[in-house]
Amino acid sequence: MDGLLFFILDILKVPSVLVGLIALVGLIAQKKSLSDTIKGTVKTILGFIVLSGGATVLLTSLTPLGNMFEHAFNVQGIIPNNEAIVSMAIEKYGTATALIMAFGMAANIIVARFTRLKFIFLTGHHTFYMACMIGVILTVAGFEGVQLIFVGALTLGLIMAFFPALIHRYTRKVTGTNEVGFGHFGTLGYVLSAVIGGIVGKGSKSTEEMDLPKNLSFLRDSSISISLTMMVIYFILAIASGSEYVTTNFSNGQHYLVYAMIQGITFAAGVFIILQGVRLILAEIVPAFTGFSEKLVPNAHPALDCPIVFPYAPNAVLIGFLASFAGGVIGLALLGQLNWVLILPGVVPHFFCGATAGVFGNATGGRRGAIIGAFAHGLLITFLPVFLLPVLGSLGFANTTFSDADFGGVGIVLGYMAQYLSPNVITAVIVGIFALLVIYNYTAKQPQLVESDE
Amino acid sequence: MKIMAVCGHGIGSSFMMDMNIKKVLKKLDVDAEVEHTDLASVNANDADLFVMANDIADSSGLPKDKILVIKNIVGTKELEEKLSAYFNQ
Repeated sequence: MDGLLFFILDILKVPSVLVGLIALVGLIAQKKSLSDTIKGTVKTILGFIVLSGGATVLLTSLTPLGNMFEHAFNVQGIIPNNEAIVSMAIEKYGTATALIMAFGMAANIIVARFTRLKFIFLTGHHTFYMACMIGVILTVAGFEGVQLIFVGALTLGLIMAFFPALIHRYTRKVTGTNEVGFGHFGTLGYVLSAVIGGIVGKGSKSTEEMDLPKNLSFLRDSSISISLTMMVIYFILAIASGSEYVTTNFSNGQHYLVYAMIQGITFAAGVFIILQGVRLILAEIVPAFTGFSEKLVPNAHPALDCPIVFPYAPNAVLIGFLASFAGGVIGLALLGQLNWVLILPGVVPHFFCGATAGVFGNATGGRRGAIIGAFAHGLLITFLPVFLLPVLGSLGFANTTFSDADFGGVGIVLGYMAQYLSPNVITAVIVGIFALLVIYNYTAKQPQLVESDE
Repeated sequence: MKIMAVCGHGIGSSFMMDMNIKKVLKKLDVDAEVEHTDLASVNANDADLFVMANDIADSSGLPKDKILVIKNIVGTKELEEKLSAYFNQ
C-alpha cells in the first residue's frame, strides 16, 4: 500500500505527467474517444519534455552571451524572451506552474461568471507563462503547498479577466465590434499607447492612408527575426569582448565571428523547439477550456491573441514595430547612462507587442498616435524588467526574463507586495479583491445593458 | 485531407483558426485533419490546404493554389464561406 501511495505521489511530482493528467481530465470531460484521449494525453506530456529540451539548447547560447556581456561591459545583460525564461523556470517550478494554470483557468471562469469582468482569456501560451511567473514570485515570497496554488490560481483568474476588460473600450474602437475581447499580456503597453494616441493624435491621419513597402513582412516569421537580431547582438558582443576572450573561453578555437553567428541562430533554435513544446502542451488544454467556458459563462466575451487586430491596420503593425524598437534602443542607451542592468530590445516583444501598440495608437491618434504610442510602449517594456528582476529570486540572474508589459506590471506589484506583507495578508488581499468584485456585481446598478447585449 | 492553419508564431492565432476550422468542418459535414503551425516550419507537403491571414500569405512561399487567405481571423463566417466554396468546386 505504501509502495502504491509513494508511486502515485511521485508521479504527481513530475510536472510533465501532471500536465498530461490535466489534459486527460479535460479530454474525459469532453467525452472524447479512447484513442483521442490516449493520443492527447501522451502528446501533452511529450510537449512538456520537448519544452525542457528546448531549454537545454537555448542555454548553450545564453550562457556565453551572459559571460561576454559581463566581460565587455561589466554589467548584467538581459534579452527578454518569455519562452526562454519559462523553459528555464519550469525545471524548478513546473508543478506550481501546471497547477496554477489549471486552477487559474477555472478561476477565470468563476470570475467571469460572478463579477462584471465578463472575459474568458483564451491566449493559452500567455496563461501558461503568467502561471509560471506567478508561481515563481509567490514561491520566492514564501508561499507553499495549497496556499501557493490557491492564491496563484485566483490571482491568475482575476488578471485573465481584468486585462481584457481594461482595454475593451479601445478594442471596440479597433475592431468595431463588442463581441470579441482582446487577451494578450502586453495590455498595459497597449493602453498606454492608446491613451497617448488620444492626447497627441488630434487631426493626425490614419496609418492606413500611407504607402509602405511590404518587404519587411518576412519579419513576421519569428524564427527568422530572432535569428537575425540575435546574430547582430552576438556580433556586437563578440567584437566588444575581443577575439581572444571568445576563442579561449567558448569557441574552442573556432573563429569568433563564426561562433557568434552560430550562437545567434542557436538561440532561435532553442526558442523554436520551446514553441513546438508549448504548442503540444496547449493543443488539448485550450479547446477543453474553451468548451467549458462556453457552457458555463455563455455571455462572456472570448479574449483573443494580439494578431487579431493586425488585419485592421497592417501599416500600423510595421510602424508600431519600428517605433517600439526605437524606444527599446533609446531605453537601452538610458540604462547604459544610468549604469543599470542592460535590457536589450528583444525582437519578439517589440514585434508582436510593439505592432499591437501601433494598432491601438493608430485607432486613437492616427499615425502620430501610432508612432509616439508605440515608442512609449518600447520604453515601457525596457524599464519594467529592470524592476521585475529583483523579485524573481535566482531566476533574476538568468540573462533572460519575462518580456511583455503585463508580466512586468503584475510581477512588480505582486513581488513588492510580498516584500512588505506576509503570505497570509496577501491571501486576504487577493480574496478581498475577488469578494469586492462579486459584491459590486450583485449590489451596484446594472449599467446600460446595450453594450453587452449586442 | 489535411488542413493547416498558419500564423507568425504558430501558437496563438493559428490555434484559434484551427479550432474555428474544426467547427466549420463539423457544420459542413466534412471529415479532415486540422493542425496549426508557424511560418518557419510550414512546408507545402505538410497539408492539402493552408489557411492564413492576408497579412502573412505573401511570405509563406507556398503554392498559391494550396492557400486559403482570410481577412477576418476571429469569426467563423468568412471561413465557412470560403471553405464551403473550396469543397464545392
